Amino acid sequence: MRWLNEAASATQITHAKRLWLYAIAAIVLAFLIVPTLIVIPMSFSASQYLEFPPREWSLRWYRSYFASSAWMQATATSFQAGALTTLLATPLGTLAAYGLFVSKFRWAHLIHVLLITPLIVPVILVAIAVFYVYVKLKLVNSLTGIVLAHSMLAVPLVIMIVTSALKSYDMNQEMVARSLGASRVKAFISVTLPQIRFAVISGALLAFLTSFDEVILSMFVSGGSNSTLTRNMFNALRDQIDPTIAAISTLMIVVTTLLLALAQVFGKARPP
Amino acid sequence: MPAPAVARARAQVAGPNDRNTAGLRRDSLFERVALATLSAPALLLVLITMVAPVAWLFALSFLGDDGSLSLEHYRRMIEQPSYGRTFVTTFKVSLLTTGLCILAGYPLAYVLSQLPGRAANLCLIAVLLPFWTSLLVRTYAWLVLLQRKGLINTWGLQLGWWDEPLALVHNLTGTLIGMVHIMLPFLVLPLLGAMRAIDKDYLNAAANLGASPTRAFWSVFFPLSMPGLLAGTLIVFILCLGFYVTPAVLGGGKVIMVSNHIANDIELFFNWGAASALGVVLLVLTLLFLGLASKLLRLEKVLGGGH
Repeated sequence: MRWLNEAASATQITHAKRLWLYAIAAIVLAFLIVPTLIVIPMSFSASQYLEFPPREWSLRWYRSYFASSAWMQATATSFQAGALTTLLATPLGTLAAYGLFVSKFRWAHLIHVLLITPLIVPVILVAIAVFYVYVKLKLVNSLTGIVLAHSMLAVPLVIMIVTSALKSYDMNQEMVARSLGASRVKAFISVTLPQIRFAVISGALLAFLTSFDEVILSMFVSGGSNSTLTRNMFNALRDQIDPTIAAISTLMIVVTTLLLALAQVFGKARPP
Repeated sequence: MPAPAVARARAQVAGPNDRNTAGLRRDSLFERVALATLSAPALLLVLITMVAPVAWLFALSFLGDDGSLSLEHYRRMIEQPSYGRTFVTTFKVSLLTTGLCILAGYPLAYVLSQLPGRAANLCLIAVLLPFWTSLLVRTYAWLVLLQRKGLINTWGLQLGWWDEPLALVHNLTGTLIGMVHIMLPFLVLPLLGAMRAIDKDYLNAAANLGASPTRAFWSVFFPLSMPGLLAGTLIVFILCLGFYVTPAVLGGGKVIMVSNHIANDIELFFNWGAASALGVVLLVLTLLFLGLASKLLRLEKVLGGGH
């Protein structure tokens, strides 16, 4: 245990004298991780009541989830909305980020700020405003409506990620390509895009998760046969606690983890 | 060449050249506009699904029930005590959450900032894990842990720590626990960034000059970490103001924040005017604190801190 008496920082305090600090940090870390992870074993419990660790294991909550047509429909809606939001928000955000970054147009900055506003305005206000307009446009409970609303939330995230990647990218490379005869479009696709690939993929992933996890807009705008998974979960949580939600939660954790892992694998910058 | 000839030659060259610059300028303006147009689809989307609807509600909030211009929805906010209670609750919950986040997040960020690379990265994943997990999943997890027959009460009773099940959820306590859990990464990440940027030589110097570790921390390290702490604190507070899901589920109808009040106005009373007015007030409050934040920090840092 010699390390206890060694200096822990430049102030020469020893590790022994700040064990209390490490204890606090460990407790806070546990507070952050444990509640999420505890859902996983509970979803495999055979009991109707919540107990940990479960006395008997079973897959009954997964069976009840896969057997329920309401949950299955909601899951399909959420995946569709997520995929379509990704397909819409990623190109829109990337184009906007590139155009506004390269253009020295006087109003470019203003447009940029305007595009970021969905991150600033409280979601509940956006939700009731969108709901109000959708009622008039007959878009309530439609997949189109959900995708448009979710894309509006996702576009600013894509723009922010891609813009920050463009800031660290040397735009002269694109100039070189163009001076060698490539058109602007060709230069962007064959020189710039491959180098900001990581940001675009992260943006796409974030767009999917934004839609997949979104609750408040979905509450107001989705419904009926186009009810999202989050809307159904939220309503279930308000009424009663059904362990089926533990199974769904576990599957959602798996989806998130898989997506993050995929982003790591495919998003890594190419070695020079 | 004689001088007049040179001047004449220059004039000849200058003529087409001027025309050239004008043409180039026109081309460059055209390109600037063309490039900016790339943002048009995104702009159109945000205008149609956010700016226009919110503007519509803004106008609606100034219309009375008979359709004439009136401030009745705003007057009601002052006259009816339920609105006052909502605002008090919102500020109380936001301030308490922010305070608890600082108390829990500062020590964690401090320890993380001093861990060696690999260990720090591992712990950082632990901070980011809940950040990426669905809000509803985490809210459900707390419901499972905190309810009357939940895990914490079961364990507490079995171990004899308390005799009656504690009321940990469907009240302010549950709401605060859930909100701190969600907001903590938003405080820790900018704070950790600021702490890592602090030059260790300052602390060396303090120790060399005879400062005790405690003194060196409070008079050197802590002031230097202030910008990160301030950024984290402001972003947490601003995000707290608009919370809806956590108070709705973990508050059990007893914690009504502005967002919950707005939803109730729509879902229970179909009162669009009242909901719009409350929404406008919430937006103004958010912008006010955001303005304050951008005065104190760079706006981009505030927005970028959470993502």
